[in-house]
Amino acid sequence: MGLAATVVLNGLTLAALYFIVASGFSLIFGLMRVVNMAHGTLYLVAGYVGYRVFEPLYDADVWWAWYAGLAAGIAFAAVAGALMQVLLLSWMQGQELRQALVTIGISIIAADQVLAIFGGTPRQFFAPDAIFGSTQVPFVGGYPTFRLVQIGVAMAVGVALWLLLNRTRLGMMIRAGVDDREMLGACGVNVPRVGIAVFALGAALCGLGGVIGSTAQPLALGQDGRFLLISLVVVIVGGMGSITGTAIGAVLVGLAEQLGQALFPTYSVILTFVIMATVLALRPQGILGRG
Amino acid sequence: MAERIVRTGVVALLLTAPFLLLAVLPLNQAQFWTANVLGRAVVFGIIALSLTFLATYGGFISLAQMMIAGTAGYGVAVTVDGAVPSIVGGLPYALAVPLGLLAATAMGLLVGAIAVRTRDIYLLMITLALAMGVFRFVETNIAWFNGYEGIRNVVGPRLFGQDFRNPYVFYYVSLAVALLLYGFVLYLVRTPFGLVLQGIRDNARRVAALGYSVPLHRIAAFGVAGFIAGCGGVLATIYNIGISPGSIGLGPTVNVLIMSVIGGLGHPVGAFIGSLIFTVFDTFAANLYDRDRFNTLIGLVFLVIVLVSPDGVTGIFGRLRGLAGAGKRSARSLASINKP
Repeated sequence: MGLAATVVLNGLTLAALYFIVASGFSLIFGLMRVVNMAHGTLYLVAGYVGYRVFEPLYDADVWWAWYAGLAAGIAFAAVAGALMQVLLLSWMQGQELRQALVTIGISIIAADQVLAIFGGTPRQFFAPDAIFGSTQVPFVGGYPTFRLVQIGVAMAVGVALWLLLNRTRLGMMIRAGVDDREMLGACGVNVPRVGIAVFALGAALCGLGGVIGSTAQPLALGQDGRFLLISLVVVIVGGMGSITGTAIGAVLVGLAEQLGQALFPTYSVILTFVIMATVLALRPQGILGRG
Repeated sequence: MAERIVRTGVVALLLTAPFLLLAVLPLNQAQFWTANVLGRAVVFGIIALSLTFLATYGGFISLAQMMIAGTAGYGVAVTVDGAVPSIVGGLPYALAVPLGLLAATAMGLLVGAIAVRTRDIYLLMITLALAMGVFRFVETNIAWFNGYEGIRNVVGPRLFGQDFRNPYVFYYVSLAVALLLYGFVLYLVRTPFGLVLQGIRDNARRVAALGYSVPLHRIAAFGVAGFIAGCGGVLATIYNIGISPGSIGLGPTVNVLIMSVIGGLGHPVGAFIGSLIFTVFDTFAANLYDRDRFNTLIGLVFLVIVLVSPDGVTGIFGRLRGLAGAGKRSARSLASINKP
């Protein structure tokens, strides 16, 4: 019982992280129709930039070191995402495949430059005292507090995204843009500017995931590929451009990964892909995707 | 006519290249060029050819081709006699290689079947996810694939009394395989199957209305591409004297795409042009920028090609010919694959 509960809780905390990262991917895809192949690289870059800010402050024993690292990571990712859209992707709007190739090019260069600038050493953030240590959880016992915080952050992100999309003017524009970009432009909305905002927001979510994820587990080269893969699978399973679908996809993938690792360690990856293949066979557009 | 002369000239050049190199370079350098530049370019060109075939005639940009090549490589490495560690072992190359090719073809069919209802960027995402999934599976599975370390000592068979490690044997075998597959692709696209495939690329609905099964043709195309990639995978495994998960990871997967795109997705020959450019850059990146910063360099080249000439180097040739008024047929651009 205790083991099962631990495995499920592990799956959920992992799902929380996956949701944060993949929601940014899904958001960008939903409005811009851009498959951001550099999403995993953004995770990596945000983590390393955040760490660069975090490390000296942590050494100086400042209590807000982690928060500063978090802010730096998010801000850097947001700016990088917006720049990508402004400089490279905006003028090939509609050529989806070419845009995907451009983001692949960016990810190759960026990952290599990360290696050049930050070195290949794995890094890990130390969470601030307030959310460090362990908490008693029923059936499970002591559990790392930070991982529970991770779930809280993911829920906050989910609620905030829902409010943003359904209750604000920007959200209204985004939803309208998903349905019909040209009509939205004809209504007098500056669609390219909305696009930049969405790109920045999606990238910022990835940056948030980068710092949170690198606090729970080490940050190292290779994580970019892992989180790109996770974003792809979560979004393929959940449905492109749907935030609720992304949440469902993240929970499925997170639970499958942890259950698989507990039950049949060396074959656990297969479970994730059986889920993906099944969803594709039954609903090619994903569980909550629109056909 | 002019095209035939060019084609014969290129084949003659490729056949005599090792001797020409010997004439201008010292022995060890000539051997290095033969095996590690030309030979490698030909082998990876075969893998890129499988992607170019799918992209040019089907409109499918599959990122699973390196993984499929790796399937053949692992098929050989797991079963062949002399591999370290020996997992199944005991089979001679004459059996292990067909087995590897069979595995690659089956994997190609499987990828095609899973992705059959998707297209464009969805297909790109799904094939990438499948490739990364197999990579992570192989990396974590010790029992069958020896995990992270992979399988070593796949030295290749002895052919006609010659060791496969002889650079010239390796080069000519690879070249022969590449020429056969290249000819096979050019033949296949003129058969009814190839024509239906191109029909699907241009308008799947009309092809379906004519009574052809679109899903079956698509899956079969992935099977053919799987076989081609498998041939490249077997040769690449022998070239590397073994295989490890690192050779089917995200990097190599993307490299195959880079080769195809640099060469151009308008004609199968682009695969080999792209792989040659890639290999030359790879070998001499140290002299150009920085020994360890090859990825930045090739990434920039890739980005420039995608930004400036989406149909790659062959597209640039096509446009030059168009300017000269000699060519009537211009290469299809990525944009047109994208927008049927």
